[in-house]
Amino acid sequence: MIDASNKYGITKAVALFLSPALSAIFIFFFLPVFAALAMSFTDFGLYSLADWRYTRFVGFDNYVKLFNDPLFWQALKNTFYFVLVAGPLSVAVSLFAAISLNSKFAKFKSFFRLAFFLPVVTTLVAVAIVFRFVYHPHFGLLNYLLGFFGISPIDWLGDPDWAMPAIILMAVWKNFGYNMIIFTAGLQNIPSQLYEAAEIEGANAWRKFYQITLPLLTPTTLFIGVITLIGFFQLFAEPYIMTQGGPLNSTLSIVQYMYREGFRWWNMGYSAALAFVLFAVIFLGTLIQLKLKGKDE
Amino acid sequence: MAKVELKNVSKIYMGGHKAVDNVSFNIDDKEFVVLVGPSGCGKTTTLRMIAGLEELSDGEIFIDGKPVKNVPPKDRNIAMVFQNYALYPHMTVYENMAFGLKIRKFPKNEIKKMVEETAEILELEKLLNRKPKVLSGGQRQRVALGRAIVRKPKVFLFDEPLSNLDAKLRVQMRAEISKLHRKLGATMIYVTHDQREAMTMGDRIVVMKDGIIRQIDKPLRLYRFPKDQFVAGFIGSPAMNFIKGKMVFENGLPALRASGGFLYRFDERLKEKLSKYINENAALGIRPENIALNGSSEQSYKAEIELIEPLGAESLYYLNLFGDKLIAKAQPLNDDLKYETVGITFPKEKVHLFVNEKAVSLK
Repeated sequence: MIDASNKYGITKAVALFLSPALSAIFIFFFLPVFAALAMSFTDFGLYSLADWRYTRFVGFDNYVKLFNDPLFWQALKNTFYFVLVAGPLSVAVSLFAAISLNSKFAKFKSFFRLAFFLPVVTTLVAVAIVFRFVYHPHFGLLNYLLGFFGISPIDWLGDPDWAMPAIILMAVWKNFGYNMIIFTAGLQNIPSQLYEAAEIEGANAWRKFYQITLPLLTPTTLFIGVITLIGFFQLFAEPYIMTQGGPLNSTLSIVQYMYREGFRWWNMGYSAALAFVLFAVIFLGTLIQLKLKGKDE
Repeated sequence: MAKVELKNVSKIYMGGHKAVDNVSFNIDDKEFVVLVGPSGCGKTTTLRMIAGLEELSDGEIFIDGKPVKNVPPKDRNIAMVFQNYALYPHMTVYENMAFGLKIRKFPKNEIKKMVEETAEILELEKLLNRKPKVLSGGQRQRVALGRAIVRKPKVFLFDEPLSNLDAKLRVQMRAEISKLHRKLGATMIYVTHDQREAMTMGDRIVVMKDGIIRQIDKPLRLYRFPKDQFVAGFIGSPAMNFIKGKMVFENGLPALRASGGFLYRFDERLKEKLSKYINENAALGIRPENIALNGSSEQSYKAEIELIEPLGAESLYYLNLFGDKLIAKAQPLNDDLKYETVGITFPKEKVHLFVNEKAVSLK
């Protein structure tokens, strides 16, 4: 039996032991988030940096302004364009790569796994610079290759219609290796006897894929879907380096707009409001995804 | 209806390991044949080659007289039950059983009828809407059986189907599979490492070791007339006792002498037959159930009882005979029998002799 005083003692001990970890989490995670949330209700700016007393509480003004800001809607649209095209494409490409490399007919598996994973660990800046050469309208490799098929040169990063597809292509190329490794782990968890049983029953490759592989990969796919979604909504570095959001803001993403407002024009309050709108979007997106997959179960 | 023939079948893996070495045997229509052997003996590989899941390195397999080397598994008209059941975890019991029928494009109402009929045979009616993960091991194995029989294939292949079950359930399922065999009248090939399963279920047993067939025979003939020391030791539980020694002449008669001093004299009438084995390595085999305890004839030996395990109907006596360890199985008639020295006798007609591991008939 634990009497009341003893119980209190235990609670105190527990609190004491947890306090270093809890205070670290509080200071480095919760405090900044709440500070940012508080900031989004103020006009925190360049003057506030000199003396925080210049900061004024503005209520929901930042949010109201946001919803009337055409550039915000443009950035939101661009971000959604990116997420909705690059997301599924990235998942599909990584699944395809994982299945191909998991096949018993594949040769040099570890070499290809390494090769496909290499872009993930390469610095984005270096990759982006290389891709700027690849996309170069006159001397780029991509236009050179397309030339063989009689396709006239495209100004990949200079044409508002092509800039985003170019960024999507690069982002998918850079990221699919990571998801491929997770898919590979998921695939290796499916017992081979299931495929053998299906083979004896007469299932062809396609049926084995959509009636065994896909359903049994659902938890993996869901996980990859969510982390890809969260990562892609925060699109920043690719357009920042390749296009600076241009041409004509056609590749301006929410995070980049946030960066621009916050660190170029020092509209910190406004920038914080943007951050929380993005948070809400990601949160909603994840919820929808979990709900959709939950139905299948 | 469905005969299976293996002709000089070999499986050599990359790196040169011979998993199955020149194996030939026939399985008659409606026969229940058990492939048995220790792990790594090639029995599962043989079964998988019959199923078409493994390519043959050499030889040919015929099902109903037709060579099937280039026939994919689905067109061999076989069904296979796996050790870990291999049920599709995301499908219900019904869907698991209907899977193959759907692929073969049976009409929906016919599928329903076939699945329900099969479910009735296996008493799975109430489980049809459940998923495998909520079923017990025995139920899962019955679903796996159901999935196999619902298509009415010509040949059933079983790959250690009972080894994931607990002892009690195993005995129960063993009987169920045997009954099923009689009911369906299908050809069945069953792989196990458990000699007890092999003995109780098989019409005929194929004993394998290191990829080679050691003996093919009916269960009781295998028990009575093992062809070599391996088969003799593998079939029967507890295993046959072996006293290793050399063949010698003792007072003009052939005998087996063990290093510990044990000497077994053979009859005069075997003199001619055994004389050619003099100085060869040999082993005397005697089954635990054939050792007579408390003998006091001039043929009896003095052995020390080291341990007694009462099993109820009978007891196991762990004996020390001139340094050789033997196990005797006998009815515990004498409660007074304690850890002491007893006289044991080997009845002449129950003794086996193996010279260089090959059985020598003492008839």
